[in-house]
Amino acid sequence: MNPPEPSFATDRAKLLRRLQLILPAHCLLSAEEDLRPYECDGLTAYRELPLAVCLPETEGQVIDVLRNCHQMGVPVVARGAGTGLSGGAMPHAEGVVLSLARFNKILRVDRAARLAVVQPGVRNLAVSEAAAPFGLYYAPDPSSQIACTLGGNVAENSGGVHCLKYGLTVHNVLRLRVVSIEGEVFEIGGEGPDAPGYDLLALLIGSEGMLGVVTEVTVKLVPKPELAQVVMASFADVAQAGDAVAAIIAAGIILAGLEMMDKAATAAVEPFVKAGYDLKAAAILLCESDGTPEEVAEEIARVTAVLTEAGAGEVRVSRTEAERLRFWAGRKAAFPAVGRITPDYYCMDGTIPRKRLAEMLSAIAEMEHKYGLRCANVFHAGDGNLHPLIMYDAAKPGEWRWAEAFGAEILELSVALGGSITGEHGVGIEKINQMCVQFSTPELDAFRRVKAAFDENGLLNPGKAVPSLHRCAEYGRMHVHQGDLKFPELERF
Amino acid sequence: MQLDEIVAAVRAAHESHSPLRLRAAGSKDFYGGLLAGEVLDLSGHWGIVAYEPTELYVTAKCGTPLSEIEAELAEEGQMLAFEPPHFAGATLGGAIAAGLSGPRRQQAGAVRDFVLGIKLVDGTGQVLDFGGQVMKNVAGYDVSRFIAGSLGTLGVIAEATLKVLPRPVAETTLEFACDEAEAVRRLNEWGGQPLPVSASFWFEGRLWLRLSGAEAAVAAACRKLGGKVSPGAAAWWQAVREQTHAAYAGPTLWRLALPSTTPPLALDGLRAIEWGGGLRWYVTEAEPAVVRAAATAAGGHAVLYRAPESLRCLEGAFAPLSPALLALHRRLKKAFDPRGILNPGRLYAEF
Ligand SMILES: Cc1cc2nc3c(=O)[nH]c(=O)nc-3n(C[C@H](O)[C@H](O)[C@H](O)COP(=O)(O)OP(=O)(O)OC[C@H]3O[C@@H](n4cnc5c(N)ncnc54)[C@H](O)[C@@H]3O)c2cc1C
Repeated sequence: MNPPEPSFATDRAKLLRRLQLILPAHCLLSAEEDLRPYECDGLTAYRELPLAVCLPETEGQVIDVLRNCHQMGVPVVARGAGTGLSGGAMPHAEGVVLSLARFNKILRVDRAARLAVVQPGVRNLAVSEAAAPFGLYYAPDPSSQIACTLGGNVAENSGGVHCLKYGLTVHNVLRLRVVSIEGEVFEIGGEGPDAPGYDLLALLIGSEGMLGVVTEVTVKLVPKPELAQVVMASFADVAQAGDAVAAIIAAGIILAGLEMMDKAATAAVEPFVKAGYDLKAAAILLCESDGTPEEVAEEIARVTAVLTEAGAGEVRVSRTEAERLRFWAGRKAAFPAVGRITPDYYCMDGTIPRKRLAEMLSAIAEMEHKYGLRCANVFHAGDGNLHPLIMYDAAKPGEWRWAEAFGAEILELSVALGGSITGEHGVGIEKINQMCVQFSTPELDAFRRVKAAFDENGLLNPGKAVPSLHRCAEYGRMHVHQGDLKFPELERF
Repeated sequence: MQLDEIVAAVRAAHESHSPLRLRAAGSKDFYGGLLAGEVLDLSGHWGIVAYEPTELYVTAKCGTPLSEIEAELAEEGQMLAFEPPHFAGATLGGAIAAGLSGPRRQQAGAVRDFVLGIKLVDGTGQVLDFGGQVMKNVAGYDVSRFIAGSLGTLGVIAEATLKVLPRPVAETTLEFACDEAEAVRRLNEWGGQPLPVSASFWFEGRLWLRLSGAEAAVAAACRKLGGKVSPGAAAWWQAVREQTHAAYAGPTLWRLALPSTTPPLALDGLRAIEWGGGLRWYVTEAEPAVVRAAATAAGGHAVLYRAPESLRCLEGAFAPLSPALLALHRRLKKAFDPRGILNPGRLYAEF
């Protein structure tokens, strides 16, 4: 059941000859300087040059490329905007990159049925922009949404700050058109509910380009809430803030957004953004309510009462849209703000049960002493997704090693506390070794069998997401270097 | 009944190539393909393993009755938001395997949207743990959601974790008089507005709309929509959820899942409309091919939901798959149940 990791040896000249027959010249890149921009995704620590980059413009061309690669046994790595943070779109040295960048048309926005049919290269935000005239939008909103594509979102099952209430990509996609490695076209899901057969949408979404190439996506659109307001609360103790999160949920309130920042994070952000955070607080919570004005007023009153009861010091409610955006601005600028106070930082993406938050944060505080490094914490508190930012200086000998060990301990603890190694950034190449911590051999075997059911020869994105048995040895990590950030203009969550 | 016993039974069946029919309360024996294989009774694998209201999840063994889980949730003001039907004593494992959701699906989502994790005994008797208890988890393929709706053909769902949600504070049902076409039009129009619509049901020229949420939101929506407030609605929605309502009575009941905006089909026998227009029930003796063609032409699909055995042995329950999809289904079936011993033919006659 466990074939050894396949190795590939591609006849480059033959491959290029074949690709030239099926793609017009402007759809095929093979000169080294043209391949360079594709050597990595948003995780720049891992780089590889592909043999060629295909930029098909029609589904027929996608099919031809896949068929030829299948016949020749050539690895194929699909690519959207390359904003991924786990190396999912990093090329294979013996393979081609199949960029869906030119599949950038919104094919249909159906106001009455509240859905949009788009090509996979369409940017996430463009869908909401196209739906806006109808009072509708596409709910999943990764902070990379001005750049990342629907194809990438589908492949990573991306989330956003609103997933607690509105769900992840998997909850918002109705139908996919997928081309298999053999060049066969499948339509899965549908505009009506509960498509017949197995729930292949569930398998495809979050499959990191390993099972098929998505050529069309139908998404659900939802009505824009009339109003949104934010409550900002400060706490003298992080455990108290964690308890307040639990108390909000216990009170039956599902907020549109529920975020936490610790003192290190607010201290980094405030001089930069002037959001008006309480700098004496050990932690602050940002609680967003949305809906009709009546609903929001009622929810804000209830949340405020719960927060006060939970021991919040200061509680402030945004009075205007400008103030609401200012409260969020600090949270959204947390990564770049931390980047300003340290030469380098290293971002983690673990998920833990909410009730273990205080435990996790005090363990991180101890690790700060142990490793002699500081850490700022921003947290999608509502759904337990933690992004600790470990600060270090790569120029100091050995410090990166300490940061790496620090991060490893956090991830290990996430799994030990009942959580996951990745909440939204995906496994890719980065966390492939840590898959061995979260899953045991029988589950990894089952993943490999699922993969083989779609792609028997393992040509789609080889070496990613699911480790081979002999890989299960050590942990991988994401290294964010200050000067090295791709997409520095985007907010980082 | 312990997990070991399930594992032993599946292992033995795997070794002897003998088909097993997974069953607990048997409340959905009528659903899907014809039953085959020796019964593996799972009703003894029973009990809530963990329930944490503030973490919004419940974990239970497969044979636990839904009623027991929901009673426990109700004490904390929470619910299974996809409102699975109970019929006669439905259990957690069967609810996930069948993938049937109730009236609230149009607002909250389907069974699979609430599955966070599954302990699966595959067709060789291996115990596999997928997903977990946290809301966000993108490590590995999402096998737990994939298992939902697979009708026991991929493995025994020995234990599962579901996301739970708070019960809405307020709920009101409005009633309107309108014909089918008008109901479809209105439902889609309301669906495009930020209204707290949590269920809809059209039957014999009348349309019911359930509004759920904060007191103020429900009151505001009532003012905006007009209509007449329908008394005793809770029991009435229960009859829709449990399909004891008269709309579902009849020898041959078809369930058509369609794009919500589909105008009235040229097909006699419409009984009810649910899910904002996306689900339409027909009682008809029309040729199955005619019913299926009408659904397909509209961009949806038809399920032969409840029918006499004489028809069920001629016509599968679910819309036929394209050759390419059927081949993929077979490969996936093999990946989890290489000898095809689990609920053979329950989803499609071919595997
Ligand atoms: C500043 C910043 C902020 C971010 N914030 C968030 C956030 O809030 N939440 C979040 O979830 N993520 C976030 N991300 C991560 C990233 O943006 C998402 O993972 C995004 O979905 C990737 O989309 P992409 O188009 O860039 O895909 P790429 O990086 O190009 O590819 C990602 C994966 O998708 C596969 N793929 C791409 N297109 C297809 C296709 N058509 N068919 C099959 N497979 C395909 C690739 O092979 C690869 O495995 C952030 C990234 C950055 C840089």
